[in-house]
Amino acid sequence: MPQERIPAAGDPRPDPEALLLRAKEEAKRARLRIFFGFAPGVGKTYRMLQVARELVEQEVDVAVGLVETHGRYETAALLLGMPLLPRRKFAYRGSVLEELDVDGVLTRKPRVVLVDELAHTNAPGSRHQKRWQDVMELLDAGIDVYTTLNVQHLESLNDVVAQITGVRVRETVPDAVLERADEIELVDLAPEELLVRLKEGKVYIAAQAERAATHFFRRGNLLALRELALRQVAEHVDDDVLEYREAHGVDATWATSERILVCVGPAPASARLVRAVRRMATRLRGPWVAAYVEVSGRAPLAEVDRVRLEAHLALAESLGASIVRLDGLGVGDAVLAYARKHNVTRIVLGKPTHARIWDRLRGSLLDELVRGSGNIDVHVISGDDERTTPTEAARVPGASFEPRPYLLASGLVALMTAIGWGLREAFHVPDVEMLYLVAVMFAALRLGRGPSIFVAGLSVATYDFFFVPPYYTLAVRDGRYLLTFTMMFGLGFVMSALATRVQRQERAARSREERTRALYALSRELGGSQAEPEVAEAAARQAAEAFGVPAVIVGEDGAETAWPRGAALQGSEHAVGKWAKEHRTLAGLGTATLPGAKVLCAPLVVGNQVLGVLALRPEAALPHEQRTFLETFARQIAFALERVRLTEQARQAAIKAKTEELRSSLLSSVSHDLRTPLGVLTGTASTLRDEATLSPQTQRELLDTMVEEAERLERLVKNLLDMTRLEGGELALKREWVPLVEVVGSALSHLEHLLGTRAVHTHLPDDLPLVSVDPVLLEQLFINLLENAIKYTPESSPLTIRARVESATLVVELADQGPGIAEGDEERIFERFYRGAHQGKSSAGLGLAICRAIAEAHGGTLTARNDGGAVFEFRLPLQGTPPTVEA
Amino acid sequence: MNGPLILIVEDEPQMLRFIRASLGSHGYRLLEAGTAQEATQLATTHAPELILMDLGLPDMDGLELTKQMREWTRTPIIVISARGREDDKVLALDAGADDYLTKPFGINELLARIRVALRHVREAASNVSEPVLTIRDLTLDLGKRQVLVSGKEVHLTPTEYKLLALLAQHRGKVLTHRQILKDVWGPAYANQSHYVRVHMAELRKKVEADPARPKLIVTEPGVGYRMRED
Repeated sequence: MPQERIPAAGDPRPDPEALLLRAKEEAKRARLRIFFGFAPGVGKTYRMLQVARELVEQEVDVAVGLVETHGRYETAALLLGMPLLPRRKFAYRGSVLEELDVDGVLTRKPRVVLVDELAHTNAPGSRHQKRWQDVMELLDAGIDVYTTLNVQHLESLNDVVAQITGVRVRETVPDAVLERADEIELVDLAPEELLVRLKEGKVYIAAQAERAATHFFRRGNLLALRELALRQVAEHVDDDVLEYREAHGVDATWATSERILVCVGPAPASARLVRAVRRMATRLRGPWVAAYVEVSGRAPLAEVDRVRLEAHLALAESLGASIVRLDGLGVGDAVLAYARKHNVTRIVLGKPTHARIWDRLRGSLLDELVRGSGNIDVHVISGDDERTTPTEAARVPGASFEPRPYLLASGLVALMTAIGWGLREAFHVPDVEMLYLVAVMFAALRLGRGPSIFVAGLSVATYDFFFVPPYYTLAVRDGRYLLTFTMMFGLGFVMSALATRVQRQERAARSREERTRALYALSRELGGSQAEPEVAEAAARQAAEAFGVPAVIVGEDGAETAWPRGAALQGSEHAVGKWAKEHRTLAGLGTATLPGAKVLCAPLVVGNQVLGVLALRPEAALPHEQRTFLETFARQIAFALERVRLTEQARQAAIKAKTEELRSSLLSSVSHDLRTPLGVLTGTASTLRDEATLSPQTQRELLDTMVEEAERLERLVKNLLDMTRLEGGELALKREWVPLVEVVGSALSHLEHLLGTRAVHTHLPDDLPLVSVDPVLLEQLFINLLENAIKYTPESSPLTIRARVESATLVVELADQGPGIAEGDEERIFERFYRGAHQGKSSAGLGLAICRAIAEAHGGTLTARNDGGAVFEFRLPLQGTPPTVEA
Repeated sequence: MNGPLILIVEDEPQMLRFIRASLGSHGYRLLEAGTAQEATQLATTHAPELILMDLGLPDMDGLELTKQMREWTRTPIIVISARGREDDKVLALDAGADDYLTKPFGINELLARIRVALRHVREAASNVSEPVLTIRDLTLDLGKRQVLVSGKEVHLTPTEYKLLALLAQHRGKVLTHRQILKDVWGPAYANQSHYVRVHMAELRKKVEADPARPKLIVTEPGVGYRMRED
């Protein structure tokens, strides 16, 4: 008996489906091969070209995207005969820079492309700031990339290398890129040999770096760098082993439950902290989070600090951290709350660098964390020695000195002095102190911190000068006054601090509130919109308002549709939009991709769909917090677009269902109505053909029947076609300016033979305006109404057509003097396939339904009532101004 | 038999049989073509006096064929088609067809249209247009520019007169709004159909007994106007 294999719980072997999927992905995924060295000149490029040549010999499609030979003969020789792709040229400050032509490679699409110097920074105006970003794009496009990299360019080793060599490398590559590599080949050379090569001039060093290079190429340095490089490659091998284990169902031997949180601030030391944590995270193989806490009520950061904080967070992100911004009353509480909630196992923060007294006053963060951490480990890592200078710099806001508040402050003190002087007879001297305190308070609330402290100082001086004996000198006879002065100044200082704090809180709260309000306004406005263009239009308007810059929404198809109407991306901006859409990330001004563009694009993403792009045109790059806000904003818009889209789909589905329903009821009804006349026709015709003995009179009767039935069939078919046209919703009215009398007259002459001798009274005033209608459809409406009246009233009964204009509405009535409409049927007669209670008068019951459909298509109404017979009333709102006609 | 020679361009055998039977019995001689190519060939070799043209031909649209033929012949063309939409009619008439009949149609209708078309040809050939036309109650003296309704003279504005004279000269034939506008107002007005409508309403007040039930000039909805023959 065949047994089905049931996987045991916790079966370590991976699901075969997943493995298959993985194998497929592997097959598709482009390979990145890095030739890794510890210093320039070890021969990375040379080695890369050697490998490439071997591939060429095996007839693999290899192309050289960009390789720098730096005039080295051996390297250049290897390039001979290899297919070189043209480079892209950029004019920059009078010289021409040559860069990798990403688009060129993408179009050419070789199997393998060689791109030298992964850490290179691209010329301004390139798509990406960094070459490694170009490489990632090529890999995404499925092209294998061979590239070269030196160990000192690795982001996480940046500090270590700087410490070893004393040279800080500016061009760095995120570690994630190295991790992405499928193969890392270490190009090694004994340091001694490298030094020899250097002496022989075989190592290329840029002219401007020569002095630095002499520091760099010291034997000790080289040994250390070499070890770093070896270790890095070894670690990568470790990773490979790990992946292998995972791929082959070997349980991981290490705990994967580690999760590290690093507290990041604006202090320069944070960057180092971030790099250290990244190394720790790699070692522990756990995810890590970089957190920044915005303490409620604390002053917003100075511009310099903010920029630095953003840089630290961006660094952490590029090193693979996820970024969180926490709100809270205190840093410690916020961090601990987050850590507990997200199972963080380690919290890392920098060593405190401030004086101990601050801890006494404001409480120590470290203390707080350690006490509250429970079973979470807290690591404290040393800060950097650069700490003081930038902090000082940060204190001085970028803005220049503003003299106005100080002048005002002086005026204030003068005023108080004048009042005190005028009333000095009536006042006690201490009362004058109070006057000065009022000045300090006012300055604190209105003029800011500097001026308020200035007021405090000036007040003490003036008070001493004018009111403290000996008068008109700054000398003090009575020692007690010194205490008064100190208290006055101290009070002023504290008050100004408090007032400033209140002001800042208010400002922070206001900006938060503004953001919330903008989001609320957005969701409210979008919620009210029902169609996609409406939503997009509203969203663009709200975005422009919230960010105070021009905003455009570009539709899914790129350039074709954009809102608001008339706006669109221009020229190179399309590339930004395209990038944002394809990579589902912010692109353009101030981001990593095309940072030089004038436009900042946010993709509108819902699930795995990109519905379009929100493009802003700010004057300058947006700060990180605004960018995060932009992403939230874009998400909201995407949801709204998705909503209307789904609604529209549902509506379409409903229409389809209704159409289906209609079609089937139509079919059943129509098949009867079609078969009857066809039956008569066939029967009569065959009688005429087969019966030889018919009298001429009978023959004549049969022939008349045939013609009648054929005409009936024709009317039925015409009605069906009309109905289909009207129901299909495809019918576009061909409105023209028409005199009503022509339409009515045309309908009457169409029915001349049916009307026969019946009396028709028409009362159409001469001054009726022209009406904007589809003349053909309106005639059809009258024909059907008249036919209906003719059918259901005796021949002797006259018909009356009357028209008038009533509050900008044309009213046309058709009245007969017949039996009228059966009670309760006044509405039902307009339903499809409804037939009045008149047996023997056959019709598909479509005529009146068509009339109503026509009336409604014109924005009018058609109703029926009884008034000495049946009265049909057609009301048509008069729109527009009729054109004038020359005589 | 030497009745007028008519070329029928029609690819449906049943339709052909019906037309053949009825026209034959009225003394017309017939040529039959099932394709546009045959039609062109027969029209050039036999010089028919009138062409009945179906629009749905296997090798070419009848509309296109009409346009082509209009480049070299003035033989009247009557379109007979199952395409009943007003736009189709206007297209065919503006392409140069003289008249348009929607299927299904009665034989009397067809015979009447053929008579009208042939008479217009004869009138054009004899090159003497009757100076005085009498249609029902209307007498139109083109020489004197005089209009009588039931013997009483009515005064028309110059535009109304031009409109009336144009329709009278083509009586029995439908004229599209465009054709009328071009002729009466000039090519620049070709799209101002409300001009015709407004003046037509005025004209009818003067020449029709009941403008709401016109007997003389009938409206072809969405297409144009036709003056009745008798």
